[in-house]
Amino acid sequence: MNIVVCVKYVPDAQSDRTFNESDNTTDRVGVDGLLSELDEYAVEEALKLVEAGEGEVTVVTVGPDQAADALKKALQMGADKAVHVKDDAIHGSDAVATSLVLAEAIKKTGTPDLVITGMASTDGTMSVVPAMLAERLGLPQVTFASELSVDGSTVTIRRDGDAASETIVATLPALVSVTDQINEPRYPSFKGIMAAKKKPVEEWALADLGIDASQVGLDAAWTKVESFTKRPPREQGQIVTDDGDGGTKLAEFLAAQKFV
Amino acid sequence: MPATRLMPTEEGQDLIDLTREICQKELLPQVDEAERRAATTPELPRDAFRVLGRAGLLSLPYPEDFGGGGQPYEVYLQVVEEIASVWMSVAVGVSVHSLTCYPVAEFGSRAQQEALLPAMLSGDQLGAYCLSERNSGSDVASMSARATADDEADPTAYTLKGTKAWISHAGHADFYTAFVRTSDDGGRGLSCIVVPGDAEGLAFGAPEKKMGLHCDTVSEVHFEGVQVPADRLVGTPGQGMAIALSALDSGRLGIAAAATGLAQAALDRAVAYAKEREQFGRPIGDNQGLAFLLADMEAAVTSARASYLHAARLHDAGRPFTKEAAVAKLVCTDNAMRVTTDAVQVLGGAGYTQDFPLERYMREAKVTQIFEGTNQIQRLVISRQLLKNSSSLSKRG
Repeated sequence: MNIVVCVKYVPDAQSDRTFNESDNTTDRVGVDGLLSELDEYAVEEALKLVEAGEGEVTVVTVGPDQAADALKKALQMGADKAVHVKDDAIHGSDAVATSLVLAEAIKKTGTPDLVITGMASTDGTMSVVPAMLAERLGLPQVTFASELSVDGSTVTIRRDGDAASETIVATLPALVSVTDQINEPRYPSFKGIMAAKKKPVEEWALADLGIDASQVGLDAAWTKVESFTKRPPREQGQIVTDDGDGGTKLAEFLAAQKFV
Repeated sequence: MPATRLMPTEEGQDLIDLTREICQKELLPQVDEAERRAATTPELPRDAFRVLGRAGLLSLPYPEDFGGGGQPYEVYLQVVEEIASVWMSVAVGVSVHSLTCYPVAEFGSRAQQEALLPAMLSGDQLGAYCLSERNSGSDVASMSARATADDEADPTAYTLKGTKAWISHAGHADFYTAFVRTSDDGGRGLSCIVVPGDAEGLAFGAPEKKMGLHCDTVSEVHFEGVQVPADRLVGTPGQGMAIALSALDSGRLGIAAAATGLAQAALDRAVAYAKEREQFGRPIGDNQGLAFLLADMEAAVTSARASYLHAARLHDAGRPFTKEAAVAKLVCTDNAMRVTTDAVQVLGGAGYTQDFPLERYMREAKVTQIFEGTNQIQRLVISRQLLKNSSSLSKRG
C-alpha cells in the first residue's frame, strides 16, 4: 500500500511567532521552524500501516527552503522518500492555492492508495486543506480520524464528536485526516537519522507541476491579512485579600464575570 | 538559552536536536518529582534509559558493527551534556553505561566482542562498573575482591568473592563489569570480568543515602561465590589495572560533559531569574554586582565546555589525552560546583528552597568532584604527566 503524507513546516509554537511587516504573511525566517506536531500523527499512522503490510510512505511538503527540515524529520522517523515543492511564487498562498499545489504534486508521485494529513496545521489551524485536497483529487474525504484501519479496498475510521462517535467507511483510494488522539508518534532514532541521509528528496517547482504562477501566491489569495496588531501584554490579575470573607469575594468575582 | 554548538557533522547536529526533543518531552516533565521521590525511596528511572536506548543514545561512541553509533567523542559527549542539562542522574547513568562497555570494546577479543557487545549496545541493557571497594577507592591496586580459577593452568571458570562499593545501577544492571584480584601481585594482579546480571551469588546492599543525584541509585555489590565462565575475562589475567585506568580516561570525559550540562542548566535558570526578579524597582540583573556574577558563570561554563571538547578531539584523533581528560574533569566539575553555588546565590532565598531546582543542582555538583577519580587524583594525574614529559625541554636546552 502506497501512502502519501502531507506535512507542513511551521514556526515553533514555543518561540515568539509574528508576521512579516512588508506583506502581513507569517514570518518563517526570523523564527525557528519544525515539522508541525499535528503532522507527526499523520506520519506515524502511515508508518504503522506500511510496517504492518508493505508499500512506501512518501512525504510531501510545500514551503520555503527551510521546509526541508520538516521532510528530514519525517524521513528520520521512517518515511521512504520525500517531495519538496518550492517556488518563490508560492509565497503568501492561501489554503485554496496550497491545496492546488499539493494535489498536482501528489498526482505527479503516482496514484497513492491513501493520502493522510494532520487535522490542521499548528500555525494556520484552518483544517480546510484536507477537504479541498480530497475534492481536487476526486477522493472520498474522511476527516478527523481518531482510529484508522484498512481492510482490502476500504478504510474505516472513527470520528469522535461531542455527542457521539461515528464509524465511517470509505473505498480506497481515499484521503484521511487524523487527530492527535490516533497514536503516539515515535521519535527518530540514531539509525533513522543515518538512514534518512540516503533517502531521496525530490524538489519540484511550479513549472514541474504545470501550475501557472498567477494561480498561487499572495496576489491570487482569496483572503489577505490587511493589518495586524500585537496582542497587548496581559494585565495583572485582581488580588483578593482574605479577611475572612475571601470565599464571598471570590464568588462575587466569578458572578460578576458571569462564570457562575 | 541552549548552548551554542559547532557540530562536526550534520548527523551530529541532528543528534543534538533529537536529544533536546526527547529531553524536553520525556525527561523534563518527570525529573523534579522523580528526584524528590528518590531522595526517600531510591528508584532508578529505568524507563528514561529505555527511551534513550530506543533512540540509539546509549551506545553512540561504539562501533556500528556491533550496534553502536560510531560517533566521535566530540559528538557523544555533547549529547551527554544536553541530557545533563535536563536530568543529571540520567546523564551520569549514560556515562556509566558507556564506561561499562569500554573494556570489552577496547580490550576484548573479537569473539568476546561478537558475543557480548550487541546486547550491551542494544539500548535495552544497562551496565554497572564495579571498581571501588570500601577500603579501595583512589588506591585501586589495594582491592581485595577476588576471582579464583578452577584450574590455574587452563581455567574454564572463575569464582568471584568480595564486595564492591558505591556501584551505580547495582541491582538493576544487566551486566557487571567487575575488576577483581586474580593474583597477589598488587596492581599487576587485577583482572576485568564481565558478570551477567542474573548470575547466581550476586547480592546487593541497601541503597546508599546520598546528598543528591538520588535517581542514580548506588549500593554495594556482593560477589558470594559467583561462577563466571573464563571466556568472560577481558584481555589477559593481570591486565585489569591497565584496562581500568584506560577506561577512566574516557569515563572522566563523560563526567566532565555532564558537569558542564549541569552548570549550563544552573546558569540558564539564574539568568532567567535575574531578568524577572525586581527589587528597588528594577530587575536584579541590572545591578552590576549581580550581572558580573552571571558573566563569570558564563565564562566558566563556556571554558569548561572548551576543555572537555579539546580532550575529546585528541581522543578522536587517536592522540594521547590522559592529561587533557584529567584537566577537563577537574575544570568542568570545579566549575560546576562554583556555578551551581553562585546560581543559588542569584536566586537568593528562592534558590535555597525546593521550589526551584537550584539547590538540587548544587547538591548534584558536589559528587562530580568526587567520583570517577577525585579532583585530587586528577591533579596527581596531571602533574605526573607534566613531570614525566618535562625532560625534553631541558635536554634540548
